[in-house]
Amino acid sequence: MQCCVCKEKPATVHLTQIVGEKMQKLDLCEACAKAKGINDPTSFAMADLMLGLGASQELDPSPGTAEIKCSRCGFSQADFKKSGRLGCPECYRTFAEGLAGLLKTMHKGTRHVGKAPESLRKSRETGDRLKLLQKKLNKAIEVEDFETAAVLRDEIKGLSNPAAAKAR
Amino acid sequence: MKDIHQFLCSPAESTHRHGPHDRIVMSSRVRLARNLRDFSFPGWAKKTERVKILETIQPAVSALPQMADSFCEAMDNFTALDKQILVERHLISREHAAKSSGSGLVLDRAEAFCVLINEEDHLRMQALRPGFQIREAWAAIDELDSALEKKLAYAFDNELGYLTACPTNLGTGIRVSAMLHLPGLVLAEQINPIIQSVNKLGLAVRGLYGEGTEALGNVFQVSNQMTLGESEIFIVERLEKVLGQIIEHEENARQKLLESKPRVIYNHIGRSYGILANAHLISSKETMNQLSFLRLGVDLDLFPGTNRALVDELFLITQPAHLQKQVSDKLSAEERDQLRADMVRERLKTVSRPATK
Repeated sequence: MQCCVCKEKPATVHLTQIVGEKMQKLDLCEACAKAKGINDPTSFAMADLMLGLGASQELDPSPGTAEIKCSRCGFSQADFKKSGRLGCPECYRTFAEGLAGLLKTMHKGTRHVGKAPESLRKSRETGDRLKLLQKKLNKAIEVEDFETAAVLRDEIKGLSNPAAAKAR
Repeated sequence: MKDIHQFLCSPAESTHRHGPHDRIVMSSRVRLARNLRDFSFPGWAKKTERVKILETIQPAVSALPQMADSFCEAMDNFTALDKQILVERHLISREHAAKSSGSGLVLDRAEAFCVLINEEDHLRMQALRPGFQIREAWAAIDELDSALEKKLAYAFDNELGYLTACPTNLGTGIRVSAMLHLPGLVLAEQINPIIQSVNKLGLAVRGLYGEGTEALGNVFQVSNQMTLGESEIFIVERLEKVLGQIIEHEENARQKLLESKPRVIYNHIGRSYGILANAHLISSKETMNQLSFLRLGVDLDLFPGTNRALVDELFLITQPAHLQKQVSDKLSAEERDQLRADMVRERLKTVSRPATK
């Protein structure tokens, strides 16, 4: 069997990876395997190896807009297409629109569930509570239950501006 | 720099660590990906920025109580061979081995924690445990992470969770994985349906495969793929459930083969013993595959008095970098095959042929 990269030397390294229901196979000679850095059975990802052969992901192209660049780090959509990775934390905001579709196909959900840094946990919980209260408030107004609505409105006020609530 | 080899456990010591179900689950690992809010991700940051990130993170990690006795070094201070040895020990990734300036490593002496700095993300922290202990590994890394978040400003978004360089790790940034030795399922030809059903649950099965469909050394790694939309503990519990089922299937497959086709099992184990105890030239791939059946033989009490750690140690020290480390001259592939065969023959001198009925 010949090496499928250099097509010269005999293949001595044989790789198979199963992702989902797809099986991919590669036969490489020692030199090419080494050049591709394949020697660790556990961290090997064929997608990495095949990257550049069409396995990289693409952001949804935003119609009508010219090349978007991250204002903080200068990273562009083309850079993402090349590497499949983003430039900095801010990029998630910059490319939010294009990423939304990608995240949907990649993950169970599009909203984080689980651990949060303790310093942010409070604001995160407050945010969640506010959303819930707002929903209830809208419903209360809809059914013209103004008594409940007033209570909810006060609670929302208190949560979004605790200092003012205390002063009252 | 300190010598990493004086710090690392010897292969003999490292393979004598025990954990629950280690007949089948060779090791458990939980890794978390974290980044600092105010810097570019390592793949995009310029060298000066990467060095600054390393200088911010490394002291914070080293100062943790869990890391009181740790090895802490920048990646450019390692030789290529030493990096390769760390890869063969599963302590660092291939990607991290390719890094040099601006990347670093903090490893604790018990090899229970290994923190990679500026790999794909600013921080890749992992808890490692022998045997089936993913819940324990999660608890350990959760604690380390909670201590670290007090010192470092993480990139976190209320909607998206922990922000990572690659969107595939977004959210929890968690990867829970276990390394499994499954010769019974391979021999019983049940491995493919198992892999397929595990894949259907959104989990990945990896391994370096030999020709055909058999995994190299019948070792498989099972891990979660999705990180956003599910909590850490939910992911841990699901993996725990699935791994428990795989263990049960493997035990059943072994038992059933012994009852219905003992000759097939004894044939594999006997031949593997014959080759390993008598070969004068052997490749790394063949060594792993034959050692797998020797390991199975030990599990099935066919080698009374032989400890599984002997096999696991051979698994490790016959790999290319570990082999090269034992001699000063640079070995060619053929010289490695010689040295490997000599070493295995020598080690198996004290092991008698399998006691099959």
